[in-house]
Amino acid sequence: MNINILFFGITSDFVGKSKVSYTINQKSTVKNLKKEITNLYPNLSNIKEFAIAVNEEYAHDDLILNDGDVVAIIPPVSGG
Amino acid sequence: MDQKTSIKVTSEKLDLQDCTSFVEDESCGGIVTFIGTVRNATENRTVTLLDFSGYETMAVKEMQKIADKALQKFPIYKIAIHHAVGKLKIGEIPVIIAVSSAHRKASFEACEFAIDTLKETVPIWKKEHFEDGEVWVNSHP
Repeated sequence: MNINILFFGITSDFVGKSKVSYTINQKSTVKNLKKEITNLYPNLSNIKEFAIAVNEEYAHDDLILNDGDVVAIIPPVSGG
Repeated sequence: MDQKTSIKVTSEKLDLQDCTSFVEDESCGGIVTFIGTVRNATENRTVTLLDFSGYETMAVKEMQKIADKALQKFPIYKIAIHHAVGKLKIGEIPVIIAVSSAHRKASFEACEFAIDTLKETVPIWKKEHFEDGEVWVNSHP
């Protein structure tokens, strides 16, 4: 199945783009995805942590992804 | 029903009057505002500008959650949370929070709660530009 991944803040610099389409196994969890994208873009491990949002809501590691989900990589926020 | 919250993420200049006009009411004994401003230095390095970017649709949702939570948690009347994105110069305003209530304590507490939570949960990022380089804030160990 396919998902869209959005990169924000420093992660968009690491990846060199702000959006990619990504193919992932059925029933993959957020945890699986984190591992896969960190392998794909190793410099993501240069930051201490990042959160994942699925369809504009913060997601737990055990959430199961669905086809067509919009997944955002959220490095530590710094608004205000 | 009367709107109790005003939430905005915008590339336009923020307007304090917009925020206070939204929250003011005859039933209220006061309005507390927090105005975030761009500071000229970070750890002795001279800042030239801050560039704010956001996941805007999600930022609005998270700001709405903060406003709704503040209304549940504190006896306040209304709350406005406005955030700017784009390049801001020293002294310009990235964020305004305004809260009104019958008695002042609730507004002070709700305002502090709102800015503290915003800095933890709202997906907005700033890049500090210095005379000799630029750095994403909070992104390095």
